[in-house]
Amino acid sequence: MTSPAKATRSGPGLRAAVAALALPVLLLAAWQVLASTGAYSSAQLPPPLSVLEALGQLAGDGTLWQHVAISLQRVVIGFAAGSGLGFALGALVGLSAAVRALVAPSVAALRAVPSLAWVPLLVLWLGIGEGPKITLVAIGSFFPVYTTVSAALAHADPHLVEVGRAYGLRGGSLLGRIMLPSVAPAVFSGLRLGLAQGWLFLVAAELIASSMGLGFLLTDSQNTGRTDILLLAILLLAALGKACDVLLGLVERRVLRTHT
Amino acid sequence: MVIRTSVVGSAGIAPAGVSLRGVRRAFGEHVVLQGIDLEISPGEVVALLGASGCGKSTLLRLVGGLDTATAGTVRVDGHDVAGIDPRCAVVFQEPRLLPWRTLAGNVALGLPRDLPRADRDAEGRRWLAEVELDGFARHRPRQVSGGMAQRTALARALARRPGVLLLDEPFAALDALTRLRMQDLVEDVQRRSGTTVLLVTHDVDEALKLADRIVLLAAPPDGGPTGVAAVLDVPGDRPRDHHQPELAELRSDLLARLGVPRRAAPRERENDAP
Repeated sequence: MTSPAKATRSGPGLRAAVAALALPVLLLAAWQVLASTGAYSSAQLPPPLSVLEALGQLAGDGTLWQHVAISLQRVVIGFAAGSGLGFALGALVGLSAAVRALVAPSVAALRAVPSLAWVPLLVLWLGIGEGPKITLVAIGSFFPVYTTVSAALAHADPHLVEVGRAYGLRGGSLLGRIMLPSVAPAVFSGLRLGLAQGWLFLVAAELIASSMGLGFLLTDSQNTGRTDILLLAILLLAALGKACDVLLGLVERRVLRTHT
Repeated sequence: MVIRTSVVGSAGIAPAGVSLRGVRRAFGEHVVLQGIDLEISPGEVVALLGASGCGKSTLLRLVGGLDTATAGTVRVDGHDVAGIDPRCAVVFQEPRLLPWRTLAGNVALGLPRDLPRADRDAEGRRWLAEVELDGFARHRPRQVSGGMAQRTALARALARRPGVLLLDEPFAALDALTRLRMQDLVEDVQRRSGTTVLLVTHDVDEALKLADRIVLLAAPPDGGPTGVAAVLDVPGDRPRDHHQPELAELRSDLLARLGVPRRAAPRERENDAP
């Protein structure tokens, strides 16, 4: 079962990489053409090369790393806290009908609050330091993880759960040996959604009240008319978000290796 | 063969008796079973025969502690069944293997919890050998056939060293040839281990082949919930062939009681089949 896949892995892998890169390369070319024909002024659409120059400039004076590092730190801490809480509450709601009846409707209502609506309250309560930003990222990561974990555990294969019971597993051991492994794929898709939403909420947090980070770089460059830096910040957000997702995907593949 | 005899022979399986008195099971208003009285001696093989949906699986689940009777007593080995019973092991109609574990890992679910980790794998392999799956310990459930998966489920049940082996239509989803092989295997394992077997089935021939006694479950003619319609001893020693002439009469009797009367004895019927 595994040997043919192994033998041909490099072939399709290479083809997939080429296919995935085709569109970005095409967009880059179109960008270059549009910028150089003068259809847009360089203030509206600077050519790719000047974005690269901006990268060199920011990297050179070290500010780029500060922005990237603080944004990454906020996402990592916020995601860890939000997904951890989402997992814990999701497990409680998924396993206990009583907790579900008590908690699920309120959580669903909270979930409907748009992310930006939290910002003024968080600033009021937590000041303008790291607290409110990390909290906002945590809120963003919480809901996808909570939703997928609670739904998956509530619908864990009843046949397998019964086997676990019939063979003497109860409580924690039933959860750890049967239920969690059986819902692991769903948990991972929840974590990936949560991570993506964490980045989304990070930018929301940094756009409004911060003096550092990629979101701040967006507003700052808009205010100073540096469209090249603005585009650079967008590209960095795309690259970092993708990199985080790939990392989590690698963990997922390793954990779920035995599920197929 | 030497290994096989040693595993089951030295397994320390102590066959347990089962006793049901006035058992009733209702789901809300709906009464499924009523007035079930049944005594099963240690080491006996009893088939619960009945049409589908008659409540025979429910009865099996009551013995295994997967379900609780609304009224009456269920006893295994003289003790009331309360919750999952460690003296019982169930094989379900589906293999219900954990897809993320190897076959040996699945069998290990039936092993005692206090067994050292190092011994679990070896024990798992031994029980797999018991169901003729030597060499498949590291396979995943998805990599083996339905019959092999069901044999793994049987090994998992045996690893529990059950006093009562509860089989809930374990051959129903298998193809005809695999089913025959599984029946032989169960018969063989039962003979060597001496465990009590409670087999739920809707297959008259399967019951005739494997059981010492057949308990026919059906609703009384005037309607109402399922009860014990008849308890019939199966003549002849096991292993037996359900085509044996002395079984023919019992076979037509059972089929008639199940509502599908045959005009003639099985051998003649087969000859005049179109």
